[in-house]
Amino acid sequence: MARQPEGPPPPPTVQKLRLRYTKRGPLRFASHRDLARALERALRRAQVPMAFSAGFSPHPKISYVGAAPTGAASEAEYVEIGLAQARDPDAVRAALDAALPPGIDVVECVEAAEGGGSLADRIDAATWRVELPGVEPADLGAAVEALLARAEVTVAKRTKNGPRDIDARAAVASASAGGTAGCAILTVVVRQVTPSVRPDDVLAALTAVADLRPPLPPRAVREAQGRLDDSGTVADPLGPDRAARARCQGERATV
Amino acid sequence: MTGETLYPRLEPLLAQVQKPIQYVGGELNAQVKAWEDVAVHWALMYPDAYEVGLPNQGLMILYEVLNERPDALAERTYAVWPDLAALMREAGVGQFTVDSHRAVRDFDLLGVSFATELGYTNLLEALDLAGVPLHAADRDESHPVVVAGGHAAFNPEPIADFVDCAVLGDGEQVVGDVTDVVKAWKQQGRPGGRVELLARLARVDGVYVPRFYAVSYRPDGAIAAVTRSRDDVPARVGKRTVMDLDEWPYPKQPLVPLAESVHERMSVEIFRGCTRGCRFCQAGMITRPVRERTITGIGSMVDAGLKATGYEEVGLLSLSSADHSEIGQLATELADRYEGTNTGLSLPSTRVDAFNVTLANELSRNGRRSGLTFAPEGGSERIRRVINKTVSKDDLVRTVTTAYANGWRQVKLYFMCGLPTETDEDVLEIAELAVDVIRAGREASGSKDVRCTVSIGGFVPKPHTPFQWAAQASAETIDHRLRVLRQAINADRRIGRSIGLRYHDGKPGVVEGLLSRGDRRVGRVIERVWREGGRFDGWSEHFSYERWTAAAAQELPPLGVDLDWFTTRERTQDEVLPWDHLDSGLDKEWLWDDWQEALSEEEVADCRWTPCYDCGVCPTNGTEIQIGPTGRSLLPLTVV
Repeated sequence: MARQPEGPPPPPTVQKLRLRYTKRGPLRFASHRDLARALERALRRAQVPMAFSAGFSPHPKISYVGAAPTGAASEAEYVEIGLAQARDPDAVRAALDAALPPGIDVVECVEAAEGGGSLADRIDAATWRVELPGVEPADLGAAVEALLARAEVTVAKRTKNGPRDIDARAAVASASAGGTAGCAILTVVVRQVTPSVRPDDVLAALTAVADLRPPLPPRAVREAQGRLDDSGTVADPLGPDRAARARCQGERATV
Repeated sequence: MTGETLYPRLEPLLAQVQKPIQYVGGELNAQVKAWEDVAVHWALMYPDAYEVGLPNQGLMILYEVLNERPDALAERTYAVWPDLAALMREAGVGQFTVDSHRAVRDFDLLGVSFATELGYTNLLEALDLAGVPLHAADRDESHPVVVAGGHAAFNPEPIADFVDCAVLGDGEQVVGDVTDVVKAWKQQGRPGGRVELLARLARVDGVYVPRFYAVSYRPDGAIAAVTRSRDDVPARVGKRTVMDLDEWPYPKQPLVPLAESVHERMSVEIFRGCTRGCRFCQAGMITRPVRERTITGIGSMVDAGLKATGYEEVGLLSLSSADHSEIGQLATELADRYEGTNTGLSLPSTRVDAFNVTLANELSRNGRRSGLTFAPEGGSERIRRVINKTVSKDDLVRTVTTAYANGWRQVKLYFMCGLPTETDEDVLEIAELAVDVIRAGREASGSKDVRCTVSIGGFVPKPHTPFQWAAQASAETIDHRLRVLRQAINADRRIGRSIGLRYHDGKPGVVEGLLSRGDRRVGRVIERVWREGGRFDGWSEHFSYERWTAAAAQELPPLGVDLDWFTTRERTQDEVLPWDHLDSGLDKEWLWDDWQEALSEEEVADCRWTPCYDCGVCPTNGTEIQIGPTGRSLLPLTVV
């Protein structure tokens, strides 16, 4: 039998909180592992009463959902934390935000509604905004049109096991060009697929179909994540929890 | 404008490099001050990768001490990896600080902390990237004053051409004195230019300005004399010693990086200095005397540091932590205080002593009981007498057995090879020892699931130690001994599979030896190696032994010396050593006598327990050992 630590098991999770946080400014260069470490330390500094896993190396109960790649900024990163004592979500948001470095800003914190399903199940797409300094909006527009006209565009993706060919077109739900002279802006909704299609891959597809070659490194921001509905919009994944809470408060008010 | 941020020009480059987070700063507890608000600007550099440099205690301490002054600011800079360095050269972006991304070129001072000599090529790379002339002689008053510190600064001769000054000893107070001098000189309108500034700095206690000392050589290649060229600088430069560590509770706000670093914990230095007298150990020799932080001082640093960082592990640092006069009580009371908080406490490698197992048990009460590290250093009892780290084989096996019996499953043992007088037999005893340890461990734990890792590297003789005269073992000797050791460990697979062997081959040690005991002539070798692409010499994937030996073969013979002359040659008593004019407080005669006693396998006592002023440090520097016990204890923390 596996050895077990002496003493009682750790206290159970009594409350689950879901957070939306950002990756802004220079911190867009943080990797997922960097963010995870920063968050764990901030939870300790903010004295959030975390629930821990059992065993010889107990870990705080934290589940991450689809982290943005290193180098990409984000307005919509999500994480769920398990607490051993219930806390006011707004107070946790403020305390955690204060304990995190500027740029990693906790913008929302809601209690997970019971029976509402997992956070991961509410996310299957992301909206990206990619600034392309040195690219004219008209050139980007033409490239986007060429991309959307194709059924499949194969690009080489760098993976841990070397380059791998993937289809970058199928994952693109919608794409449009905008921006100003000298800096085009690509807005693209990408479905979550495996292997993942990232803004870099979409740009590689634009190079493949229209020879679009940005002279300067592009800057990508993930603006939203959620479930892609039939109208093509990405729904707020915290919406159901917020609605459940409002309902619950409403009921309380009527009693 | 001076002090302007380079970030807008740097940012597009960061998108193209590995681990860009290491270049963006923004660490928790980092400080950014306005450039115009202060008189003196310090760039502090650790000449290795960010992940190694960020946790460095010395740099963190000076960063805080300087930033606490209203008239100074300090920012940090680290070695830039070759991928970014190439892009920076292409884009014309200079070496920058991570705090505000200001150009290092704009600062008044560039302080570089050398824990190891293998950072020298990274110094040259940083200077070149910064746009600062490599040679101190080519700098004018618009360039930063380049200051070397850290343990390697006790022999800065190999980098004498590249640095403006070197600071000996503890940095906390001397950085303030240097700041005062630079501030006054600037406020007076920079009288006398750079030379006058350096002359003023040379009169600060602990500051050595190499350009004011001339070295002459004898026909046989040895140094004839080192003479000062001005009579207003000291003939010998002494070291600085901070007394009363409780008055210097730094770092108060340890830096916490976003990026991964080599130490994912905070550290509290529980004492400075060591008087064990291990003859190979430069740190133990140059940091005398022992100065303890009190139990209450340590308790409040641990408390404040954990609150400021959110770390879940605290390392109690020093050269021999179990020797603290209050260590037993400290371990128990800290463990009590953090019971149930998932806070781990740890001691770095310890001496071989059953008491250390008790200590480790206590410290691991709240955390994991994974691995214990002991450092017997020498393979045989005989060689352990030579190095003055006496422990019998029976004691060693007994200690390790106690560890296994207490639930520890993994024991790491640190050794060196290539020690003076060593033979193959001394090293082969490591294999016998490891086998005995595993046998005893299996019996004590009743399990085959015990492991012993032997970690071994080549010994490099260091300045200011009794072994400073010793012949360094050649790379071939080291590699041969490692080979026979590996064969001996693998001889019995049933035991050998429980023993791990981790080793470093002998080649990097030869280069470290050249740089450790080199003189000013070695500077040419460093410069050539850097020009030919040498960087990050502490990293095996970047280190090139061939580049170093080829550079040494080109630069040294015209000067009448060679690589072997600096490394495998034993020195005589009358030889002028390159660092003789730099005073660590140790009496050269005492060091020589200790060297002779080493050769006759005699041990020396520890002045922590037996009063003694023989080594010379206390009388020379007017210092005393400072130890407890204080009789105080840690109060429970008030609940917030």
